[in-house]
Amino acid sequence: MRITGAEALIKSLEMEGVEVLFGYPGGMVLPIYDALYDCKTIRHVLVRHEQCAGHAADGYARATGKVGVCLVTSGPGATNLVTGLANAFMDSVPMVAITGQVATTVLGTDAFQEADVTGITLPITKHNFLVKDVSLLPTIIRQAFQLAGSGRPGPVLIDIPIDVARAEIDFKYPDAMTIPGYKPTYKGHAKQIKEAAKLITQAKKPIIYAGGGIPKSEAWEELRALAEMVQIPVTTTLMGKGAFPDSHELALGMLGMHGTRYANYAIMDSDLILALGVRFDDRATGKVSAFAPHAKIVHVDIDPAEIGKNVAVDLPIVGDVKIVIKDMIAAVHKIEGPYADKSAWHAKINGWKERYPLHYHQEDVIKPQYIIEKISELTRDRDSVITTGVGQNQMWSALFCGVDRPRSFLSSGGLGTMGFGLPAAIGAQLGRPDAVVVDIDGDGCVQMVSQELATIAAEKLPVIVAILNNRYLGNVRQWQELFYNHRYSSVDLDVGTPDFVKLADAYGIKGVRVTEVADVETTLRAAIEAREPIVIDFMVAREENIYPMVAPGSSIDEMLGGIPGAPLSQMLDEEEEVEENEAYPVGSSRE
Amino acid sequence: MKHILSVLVENKAGVLARVSGLFSRRGFNIDSLAVGPTENPDISRMTIVVDADETRLEQITKQLHKLVNVLKISDLDPKETVTRELVLIKVNANPNIRAEIIETASIFRANIIDVSKSTLTIEITGTSDKIQALEDLLRPYGIKELVRTGKIALARGKIAEA
Ligand SMILES: Cc1ncc(C[n+]2csc(CCOP(=O)(O)OP(=O)(O)O)c2C)c(N)n1
Repeated sequence: MRITGAEALIKSLEMEGVEVLFGYPGGMVLPIYDALYDCKTIRHVLVRHEQCAGHAADGYARATGKVGVCLVTSGPGATNLVTGLANAFMDSVPMVAITGQVATTVLGTDAFQEADVTGITLPITKHNFLVKDVSLLPTIIRQAFQLAGSGRPGPVLIDIPIDVARAEIDFKYPDAMTIPGYKPTYKGHAKQIKEAAKLITQAKKPIIYAGGGIPKSEAWEELRALAEMVQIPVTTTLMGKGAFPDSHELALGMLGMHGTRYANYAIMDSDLILALGVRFDDRATGKVSAFAPHAKIVHVDIDPAEIGKNVAVDLPIVGDVKIVIKDMIAAVHKIEGPYADKSAWHAKINGWKERYPLHYHQEDVIKPQYIIEKISELTRDRDSVITTGVGQNQMWSALFCGVDRPRSFLSSGGLGTMGFGLPAAIGAQLGRPDAVVVDIDGDGCVQMVSQELATIAAEKLPVIVAILNNRYLGNVRQWQELFYNHRYSSVDLDVGTPDFVKLADAYGIKGVRVTEVADVETTLRAAIEAREPIVIDFMVAREENIYPMVAPGSSIDEMLGGIPGAPLSQMLDEEEEVEENEAYPVGSSRE
Repeated sequence: MKHILSVLVENKAGVLARVSGLFSRRGFNIDSLAVGPTENPDISRMTIVVDADETRLEQITKQLHKLVNVLKISDLDPKETVTRELVLIKVNANPNIRAEIIETASIFRANIIDVSKSTLTIEITGTSDKIQALEDLLRPYGIKELVRTGKIALARGKIAEA
């Protein structure tokens, strides 16, 4: 059967089981849009800006574990998509992006709406293809999906010139194929795993440091089994949130720049770190040379290039974290007990937990942390997805939103992309129609992508957009307060911020403003019940800060704030410093 | 420490950009890079000389491996490797000193490949040391132009055991 390249593309997407396609049309993808017109199985969601096609596909992928797919036109469509790709690349999100391109006959002539998209996206895609010959199209699509979803996942881009989309081929979709230069290692080295098991049974102060690799390889059961078997406390990165239940007694919450005091102290005091599916991002490690000075580090990752990239490790294990943890558990079982006693370690950690719980002071004006706690209470026992913007709203969400299930907390980690929350919520809701989806967002972030309220309205998605409205670029203001002597340069949004209730109204969505503490919970409850789109404009304390915080360049146990009862002017816990210094003398550092 | 990486890649459009882009983006310094097809027209060989310590070299190789078009990377042991570079040198050569230059070139087994009224162009292949020595000897005459291919290298053939 002879069909066009565009039809072959749609058929291939169907073969890949694609259900939703986030896109925006234009001249150079018209043949593809024309082919979509007859497609019954794929739901095309028209976003209002191509960046958000990327973020929505990203949110869809994170919420479902499937490959997210987006489609945009050449030139400006493709350059608008760049942020969406970079974001997915940094967080290893499986995605296939299809871009239109000018005809091969004019490629390289600066033709109308031509941009060198494969060139531009080279550093922010796992791989990309420019299809010059229509007969290769099905193979390329097959390869793209294979690459995007396997090994260390990531975005793969396919650039299709318009004449290729129009040309005809005999269509046959290929079976899974071997890609010569691509052979991810899934099974960890048996000897190294045995070695790790030995370390696990001998360690007196072990800690698990779990990241985005856990949800990616669906290793949450295994992680939990490993932690419980040997009673190892677990701290997660932002990307690892949801990989381990926050309600678990071994859970320490997030580590790093805005980590909990107890997680950061535990890392710095530990004698063994099991780093599982993490990449030792500087937001997690703080000053790398001072990171975990007493610990042996076992690092498990599917990407060999991550091992030893930022931190020297004692025991590297390349492999899929799910398979490796399973094998590790088996290896530990083979070692005869008794294992090293960890009761002193647990007592120490529990002491820190008691002394430095996460806390805030609720006053007359609504505190953002309170809203997040309420959202958490109302959503954590049900099928739900929280997405966040970037900034204070994101860090408070990571700290104060308890999450007990995987794939239920989506946040832009590596790139820190303002504007991620709203389109990601759209993608998540389309992937999980029955879930309660709440976007906890900043007033600054929402203004970067507020046009997507149109998409929410058009698709009738029951997304709850909860804006923590402090009329500041709050996170930047906090840095200016702490490190730039209160010089608030260009962070005040007070004048110009739209009335979000009216804005919602303009899009035909319900909008509510909440100014009283007493109304927070009732408004949220009603919104969750209603199952319709809603924007909630929470007017919150303007100058609230996120604590604890590690100043840039410091080691992660040098935290500011986060000590109950202590005035904020007393940023560092003097007493703890003395006590801790005995454990690791000043100047000690990891080689 | 200098390392010679011999990298087999798929002979496809854009592969050179992927490799060189990776080096610049990650701040790895390339001393030289030479590319050409191999005996298999679908595969090209890149010879990349980098200056890096062991940790950095490990990171370079691991990142290179992640490129889908990269098939094989070998870090060649200098003792087990033959390397060559081709250099063309256009040097000032008035008739009265021409003979002297030709003699020098012939000692180095270099070839004269072009002659004009005032210049000679000399072709030399060899190791960096040899090339450097000739260049040093020619410099006093005035080198007008010089071009080098960058190093190419192959592991020595295994000597069969008796
Ligand atoms: C696209 C983009 N531009 C700039 C930044 C830098 N930045 C990080 S947080 C932040 C402020 C966010 O303000 P808002 O959305 O109001 O959230 P808040 O911090 O007040 O919760 C800015 C400007 C960014 N992360 N992303």
